[in-house]
Amino acid sequence: MNKLKMMPEWLIMVVFAAAILTMPIWMSPLGAAYPDLLQKFAIFGVFAIGYNILFGLTGYLSFGHAAFLGVGSYTAVWSFKLLTMNVLPAIFFSVLFAGVFAAIIGFISLRRSGIYFSILTLAFAQMSYNLAYSVLTPITNGETGLQLERDDPRIFDTAVTEGLPTTELFGLSMSGYSGFYVCAAFLIIAFYVSLRIFRSPFGLKLRAIKSNQTRMRYTGYSTRPYLLTAFVISGMYAGLAGSLMAVTDPLAGAERMQWTASGEVVLMTILGGVGTLIGPLLGVGIIKYFENIFSAINETVLHGFFDFLPSWLQEFMVFITSPFVGEGWHLTLGILFMLIVAFLPGGIMEGIDKIKSKFSKSSGQSDDSTTEAVREGA
Amino acid sequence: MSTDKKNGSSCSRRTVLKSGAALGAASAMPMFYTRDAWAAKDFRNNPGNASSVTIGFNVPQSGAYADEGADELRAFKLAVKHLNGEGDGGMMQTMKPMNLTGNGILGKKVEFVTGDTQTKSDAARASAKRMIEKDRVIMFSGGSSSGVAVAVQGLAQEMGVIFMAGLTHSNDTTGKDKRRYGFRHFFNAYMSGAALGPVLESEYGTNRRAYHLTADYTWGWTQEESIKNTTEALGWETAKTVRTPVGAGDFSQYITPVLNSGADVLILNHYGKDMINSLTQAIQFGLRDKNVNGKDFQIIVPLFSRLMAQGAGENIKGILGTTNWNWALQDAGSQAFVKAFGQEYGFPPSQAAHTCYVQTLLYANACEMAGTFYPPEVIKQLEGFKFDGMGNGPTEYRAEDHQCFKDVLVVKGNQNPSSQFDLLEIVQEVPRAQVEYDAKIFGGELGPYEV
Repeated sequence: MNKLKMMPEWLIMVVFAAAILTMPIWMSPLGAAYPDLLQKFAIFGVFAIGYNILFGLTGYLSFGHAAFLGVGSYTAVWSFKLLTMNVLPAIFFSVLFAGVFAAIIGFISLRRSGIYFSILTLAFAQMSYNLAYSVLTPITNGETGLQLERDDPRIFDTAVTEGLPTTELFGLSMSGYSGFYVCAAFLIIAFYVSLRIFRSPFGLKLRAIKSNQTRMRYTGYSTRPYLLTAFVISGMYAGLAGSLMAVTDPLAGAERMQWTASGEVVLMTILGGVGTLIGPLLGVGIIKYFENIFSAINETVLHGFFDFLPSWLQEFMVFITSPFVGEGWHLTLGILFMLIVAFLPGGIMEGIDKIKSKFSKSSGQSDDSTTEAVREGA
Repeated sequence: MSTDKKNGSSCSRRTVLKSGAALGAASAMPMFYTRDAWAAKDFRNNPGNASSVTIGFNVPQSGAYADEGADELRAFKLAVKHLNGEGDGGMMQTMKPMNLTGNGILGKKVEFVTGDTQTKSDAARASAKRMIEKDRVIMFSGGSSSGVAVAVQGLAQEMGVIFMAGLTHSNDTTGKDKRRYGFRHFFNAYMSGAALGPVLESEYGTNRRAYHLTADYTWGWTQEESIKNTTEALGWETAKTVRTPVGAGDFSQYITPVLNSGADVLILNHYGKDMINSLTQAIQFGLRDKNVNGKDFQIIVPLFSRLMAQGAGENIKGILGTTNWNWALQDAGSQAFVKAFGQEYGFPPSQAAHTCYVQTLLYANACEMAGTFYPPEVIKQLEGFKFDGMGNGPTEYRAEDHQCFKDVLVVKGNQNPSSQFDLLEIVQEVPRAQVEYDAKIFGGELGPYEV
C-alpha cells in the first residue's frame, strides 16, 4: 500500500493502462472477455471512481448518484437524436448537464451531513426516477426507454436511408471492441484525474472533512465549497459513465436512475474498499462479473462442471450449488458482501493489505502501517 | 481450426457447380447456385462446420413477469429436446408444412443458453449481448414484456441476429417499432380489442362508462388505445384513464377513485403479478358487488393468461378477456403440445409457453427451408410463411410487419372449474378475418435485410 503511495504517477498510470487495455486477454480464462461485459467494466469503473471521490474522500454517503448517470444517458441519446451520431458532443453535453444537475442537488443536499444527506440524495434520485418514468414521458419515453429513430433531425449528419444509424467516433464504430477501447481510454483518463485529486491539497482537504469537519471549520476553512466541488466532480463522472452507456448502446431507460442502481455503486465501492484508488474498480469487476456470468450458469452448465465426479455425487453437488448460481446470483453476492463487511470492513483492498503485511513481516519488515493504510487508502 | 479441410471441399463443390452452370444447366438448378453463394457469405455467429448451434433464451426470472418467464423457459427446453429428436416430438407431429427432421437444425445439434431480463430493457439488452458476443447464439428468443421486446429487437437488428419474440402484446412490437430481424407469433392489443368488442356488446350492452387502469409502458399504452377505440365504437364512454407503474404491488390508491368516478366498468390493462394484485384489490374493495347507473359493475382484463388466473384464484370468475391460446383447445397440435409438456413437467403449459415453443420450431423450420443459417435467407422464409397444426388453426406470418395472423380466443374466468388448471372457459374463437388490419396503420419501418 505504501509502496503504491510512493510510486511515481507515470509508473502507476503505465501499469494501470496496461492492465486495462489488456483486459480482453487476461479476462478470457474467466469467460468474461466479450465486448459488452468489458465495456460495462470500463463504464462502471468510471462511475465508481467518481463516486469514490465523494464517498471515499469526504465520507459523504450519497444514495442518489444513479440520477446523474441517467441524466448523462438521456442527454447523450438526445444529442444522437438532435445533433449528430458522433460521440464527442454527446459526451461533452452529458458531462455538462450532469454537472449542472449535481450542482443543484448538491447545493441543497449538502446543507445537511450524515444520514440526512443520504436521505436527501435518495429523495432527489427517487424524484428524478419518477419524473423520468412518468411525468417527463415526452422527454424520456417512460418505461419503454428513449431510443433512436430513423427520422430524428440529426442536423449535422446526412439523412439515413435505411435502418438506424450507429454511434461513431469519426467513422470508428462504437460497438464491439472499438467501443471498449474508447471506454477504456476514458477510464484511464478518469483514473488519472482521480489520482491527481487524491494526491492534491484539494484531496487532503476532502480527507480532512471526513476525519473531522468541525475541527476543520475552526481552522478557518469553509467546508461547503469543497464538498460541493467534490459532489459536482463525482456527478460529472457519473454523467460521463451514463453517456458512455448510451455511446455503446444508444438507449436510455428510467431504471438506470432507480435507487437500486444508486445502491449498486455504493456496494461496488464498499466491496472493493472505500477511499482506495483501485478498490472501487475491483468492486465493479466482481459485481458485474456476478451479474453477467454467474447469472447465466444453469443446471446444464453445472453438470458439465461437475462432470468428473461419480453421477450420484454430481447430482448432489448440482443440487447444492444450483441455488447459488443462475437466478440465485443475488444470494451469492449477498453472502460475499456480508462476509466482506463483517470481516474486512475496508473491503478487498484491506484483505490485500493484510496479506501483504503478513508477507512483509515474515521478510523482516516492521508492521508499521496497516491501520494507517486502511484509513488513508492508496 | 478444423475447418480448413471442409473449406477446401466446399470450394471444389462450387467449382463443380460453376462448371455445371457453364454446361447450360444453370437454369435447372438455381437453388444450388444461390445456396452456394450464401455459404460463401459470412455472417455474425456463423456456426460454420461446428457440430452444434446455440440459441439463447432471454426470459424474466425475477420481477412482475417471473411466472411467465419460468414457463417460457420450460417450453424452450422442451422445444430444444424435440428439435434434437428426444421425447415424443410434440407439435412436430402436427405441424404442416414442416421440414424438421428431429435431427437438430440442418443436422446440427441444438444447444441453448439462458439469461435473466429482469423485465428491464438495460438488463435484457446486456443479457442478449452476452448471448450474442460470448455464447455466439444464432437466434435468441423470449421476453415477457413489450418494453423489453422492443429494446432487444432493436439490438437484434443492429447485431444481425434474429429475435423470435416471446410474450409481447403491444401494437408497437410489430407496429412503429417493427424490425426486419424481429418476429412475433403472439397476438397484439389491436386484435384483443377487435375480438373483444362484439362479446362486450352482447354481454354488457352499448351504454357503459369505462375506467382504465393501465401499466405505464408501451404495452399498456397501446392496449389502452386499442380497447378504448373498440369500446367507444360500441358507444361506451371513457370516464378516465390512469397510468400505474409496473410492479406497483399496491393498487389501492388507484382503485379508490374508481368508486366515485361514475364508471360502471373497470378495464385493467395490467399483466402478470400486477394484474393479480390490481384485480384482487378491486374485488376486495367490493367493486363487483356494486350497482352503478342501474347496472352491475363489471371488470374486464383484456389480456388474460392461465398463470394469472391461477394467481388471482376465486376473483377471476366471470371476468372477460382474450388470450392467444389455451391448453383446453381440442385441435391436434394443442393436444400434442399439452401432452408433451404435461409428461415433462406434470402440468399444462401457459400461453406464454405455447408461443415460445412455437417460435422456436418456426425458426428451426425456416432454417431448414432456407438450407442455411444466413439470417436474410431465414427471414425471407419466415416472411409470408403459412402454416397449420400449431394450436391456432391456419396461421400466417405477414411479410409486411412480421406479425402472425390467426384466430383469437375470448375467454372468461371459469365459474365451476373442474381442476386447478381448468380456470378459463372459452367464450368464442374469433376468426382471423375479424381481427385483421392493414399493416400501414401503425407505421414503422422494418429496415434492411443485410446489416
